[in-house]
Amino acid sequence: MSLLQVEGLTKTFAGLTAVDSVDIAVADRVFLGIIGPNGAGKTTLFSLLAGSQPPTAGRVVFDDVDITGWSAQKVARAGLVRTFQLMRPFESMSVLENVTIASLAQRSRKDARRHALGVLERVQLAQYAGTSSGSLPTAGLKRLELARALAMEPRMILLDEVLAGLVPAERAPMIELLRELHGDGLTVMFVEHIMAAVMALSERLVVMHDGRVLTQGVPAEVIAEPQVVEAYLGEDY
Amino acid sequence: MTDTTARPAAAHELPAADDPRLKDTWARRQLLVLVAGVAVLSTLPLFLGEQAQSVAIRTLIFAIMAVGWNLMSGFGGMFSFGHAAFFGIGAYTGAYLLVDHGISPWISMVVAAVLSAAVGVAIAYLCLRYKLAGSYFALATFAFAQMFLLIVQNVDALHKTEGFNVEILPSDSWSMLQFQQGDPLYFWIPLAILAAAVLVSILYVRSRAGQYAQAVRDDEVAASSLGINTMRARLIAVALSCGVTAVAGVYYTQYYFFVGPEQAFGSAVSVEAIVPAVIGGIGTIWGPVIGAMVVGPLSELVATVLRNPPGFLSFLQGTSGLDVAVYATLLIVIVIVMPKGIFGTIRDRWRS
Repeated sequence: MSLLQVEGLTKTFAGLTAVDSVDIAVADRVFLGIIGPNGAGKTTLFSLLAGSQPPTAGRVVFDDVDITGWSAQKVARAGLVRTFQLMRPFESMSVLENVTIASLAQRSRKDARRHALGVLERVQLAQYAGTSSGSLPTAGLKRLELARALAMEPRMILLDEVLAGLVPAERAPMIELLRELHGDGLTVMFVEHIMAAVMALSERLVVMHDGRVLTQGVPAEVIAEPQVVEAYLGEDY
Repeated sequence: MTDTTARPAAAHELPAADDPRLKDTWARRQLLVLVAGVAVLSTLPLFLGEQAQSVAIRTLIFAIMAVGWNLMSGFGGMFSFGHAAFFGIGAYTGAYLLVDHGISPWISMVVAAVLSAAVGVAIAYLCLRYKLAGSYFALATFAFAQMFLLIVQNVDALHKTEGFNVEILPSDSWSMLQFQQGDPLYFWIPLAILAAAVLVSILYVRSRAGQYAQAVRDDEVAASSLGINTMRARLIAVALSCGVTAVAGVYYTQYYFFVGPEQAFGSAVSVEAIVPAVIGGIGTIWGPVIGAMVVGPLSELVATVLRNPPGFLSFLQGTSGLDVAVYATLLIVIVIVMPKGIFGTIRDRWRS
């Protein structure tokens, strides 16, 4: 039984089809990677799944509930939480306050603060608890995005390029953290350009191209397919 | 799916309940400042003459309005350029209920706060529903305030352009909030109202609703992706803001024994709600109060100059509107020199 079932999902903007009849099924506790060239529709797909935008057609079923067309707020409360490629901290607040906002969804104010600090420890950001979130470096902001999403206690998390902007030395600890979270039982769908990370983490891989799913399956097999090579590197390859 | 124990991401250790990093003394410190501030200010009538006390009372009314405005525009991030609407609803509710129905102003304060909150929520809902943000939101609130001004000027039950005169009672009356001219109670009562308004701000800022409103102000998209009902968070800020401002209006009518359309709903009133908050520091607890302490005496100074201008300004005698011109100038200077306001700038310097 899949945790997330996407059927014929389509999004059209003024004649341009950004996401075109996408079918994806994600089983519980699976780490699924999505790759594809820029403009393939990966971020739009995330927006449709997370309720940031309504789809033009198709269906999204999460945990046996049809959540198609639900608002972002409602989807998040149902246990499907996204992060953003461009970090969006609440800049007037400290790092701990940022995460507490998310923890509040399910607890009293006092418990939420304590819970949030626990989450910060989990993502190794606790030493910055009192720091103003606006002054965190990129690597810290990426972890803050992750911490806020985790504080919602999601069943499934949608990560939009959590490794982008990190220098190589910062990537390995982040990959390790994602692996641990997955090991704890979190279902993950992530969009990523850094292939080493994609191959290290993904149990299933979806390749998107021009808004469509080009192919999906076991990562090592998928990336060897000629059409994938072609989509990435051009026909002259 | 509501079974949170099944949620794997919860699999982390909770820190100890008395972990020092969890300590948050902010609210306690603000309450201490509030108590100390009220204690000091409450002695003022002992030193002030009648003239100075009337300036101080005017300052308190400014401060209540600005604290109210700041709840919505500072913490909620929805810049209102039409708070005259809510001050006016207060002033007119008080006047109408008292003059035409003999109802105590204390009751009017409650009625006006509820009515004003409801009107504010309706206006804000319309603006937000149609995605008016930033200056468009501000313009829409301005338009509503102007609309109320026109309506009041044309409705018989509200005495059209004549306004309301409050009857002066022969003796002191707590229930009708009337005392001897110059009685310190005329100062202590708005001081208590201001203290209550600041208390509401302090509690609100740290409450769930207040935290949500500030998150929505900082980043609406991120807030909604964390399960926050952004509309509800904003409307709560609006309701509190409009309610507090209306109470200032009720007291205005009571103190000056008169209110007309311009004093209640005029655009100058909207400016008077904004200026103290901007000068003192938007989105801070004490900014609006400190700003009012600048603007209140300043407005008196301007009025004095207009009544009896020095020779080279004699052409100004008997004119009005100079106060707004002075506020505007002050506002420009503050925005350039101290963009975070007096309190906000000093606080930031202190921290760094």
